Amino acid sequence: MDFSIIFSNLDIYFEGLKNTLLLVSTSLAIGLIFAIPLAVLRTSNNFFISGTIGVYVYCFRGTPLLIQMFIIYYGMGQFELIKNSFLWVFFKEAYFCALFAFSLNSCAYTIEIIRGAIKNTPHGEVEAAKAAGMSRLLRFRRIILPSAFRRALPSYSNEIIFMLQGSSLASVITIVDITGAARIVNSRFYSPYEAFLTAAIFYMAITFIILWLIKKLEFKWFAHLR
Amino acid sequence: MDKNQIALSVENLHKSFGDIKVLNGISLTAHKGDVISVLGSSGSGKSTMLRCINFLELPNKGKISVCGEEILLKKNRNGENKPKDIKQVERIRSKLSMVFQQFNLWSHMTILENVIEAPIHVLKIPRAEAIEKAKYYLNKVGIKEKLDFYPTQLSGGQQQRAAIARALAVEPEVMLFDEPTSALDPELVGEVLQVMKDLAQEGRTMIVVTHEMGFARDVSSRVIFLDSGIIEEDGDPGFVFKSPKSQRFREFISLTE
Repeated sequence: MDFSIIFSNLDIYFEGLKNTLLLVSTSLAIGLIFAIPLAVLRTSNNFFISGTIGVYVYCFRGTPLLIQMFIIYYGMGQFELIKNSFLWVFFKEAYFCALFAFSLNSCAYTIEIIRGAIKNTPHGEVEAAKAAGMSRLLRFRRIILPSAFRRALPSYSNEIIFMLQGSSLASVITIVDITGAARIVNSRFYSPYEAFLTAAIFYMAITFIILWLIKKLEFKWFAHLR
Repeated sequence: MDKNQIALSVENLHKSFGDIKVLNGISLTAHKGDVISVLGSSGSGKSTMLRCINFLELPNKGKISVCGEEILLKKNRNGENKPKDIKQVERIRSKLSMVFQQFNLWSHMTILENVIEAPIHVLKIPRAEAIEKAKYYLNKVGIKEKLDFYPTQLSGGQQQRAAIARALAVEPEVMLFDEPTSALDPELVGEVLQVMKDLAQEGRTMIVVTHEMGFARDVSSRVIFLDSGIIEEDGDPGFVFKSPKSQRFREFISLTE
């Protein structure tokens, strides 16, 4: 085992780390921003609205992330309409395609997490909000969502970690993330063990930091349960 | 305070759940300062009546007015009643505060945050003023030292007193109590009843669905007995307990004594 290969190529790994972090955090953020209103609409009594969102969620939870990424990255170029439009500027970029797929995927999972948490809001607390004269919007903003986010946090922390590990798929479409960096090192030196073990250590370190941050957030958010 | 001013009027209220008729024409007028105890066995419709007043349940038929303002209704496609303007219902709800059997405090907020929530976000009172008011009412119900606690950290009796402070903080025209002591351990009932008694003596308008015969008899200014969704007995507590007109109420009293 020769770890001097790794130390002399650390810059590639750090380039990969940067891309992984950027890709994961951006797609999680985009996913979450869209998931909150969509989760609220998913609980709507309007069958058309909740059904449409349900179909979207089902499609993205029902297929592997890798397939979604392939469809977006390789599939879009097949349509002349897209190739000739301004959209091609984006879809020809592997990075954009990975980001697009990850965001849509994360959004779908996050919608289900938040929807479940909304449905489990104690009925009496919602009634108390109604009886206090709060409008539907105010009830969501002040009572239902803050309460739901707390319940959703443990499942959402899983989503964050799944997204981090899933992001390694981006390396398949030429992106140099941590896994991509490991593949470069491996192909240069034919030392898969050192190359991929280093990648594994990077992922574990990030996971550790994520878990630590969530624990801090839980401590703050679950003050009412201590 | 003008004692003759009508705070709440309910006319010919009907409510059914599917085929089950729960309320069969309830009419009730509460003047300012009235403390009305609503008695009845379970299933008599007393909680449903209270919940219809602030539209937590939609009445099938009937008229409800608060301080002379009638809640406007319309029929939807299926011929069911719907509020004509949900904004009006919300505005009227903010004049009627409700105390629930299960307290229903917002569990992710501290006691203080619970109490200032509606004043700030519904009534648009400045935060500093709302906090001052909240402290005043929390002191009144005897838990001012608990304001930074979360609901689950309090005993049932303390939670219910916090819920009463929350209901008071919006300075309502009418307070609705839905079996406020029924979920409490026996030794905690007294502290909540004492707070309610103080409120009654201050001249607040209260409608109290309860099983506490002592409260009905000694504190309320009027007692109503509901049976099968109609008012069977209605009158001054000193009078109705001594010489009830209704056979059902007579049986009810004899069973609870």
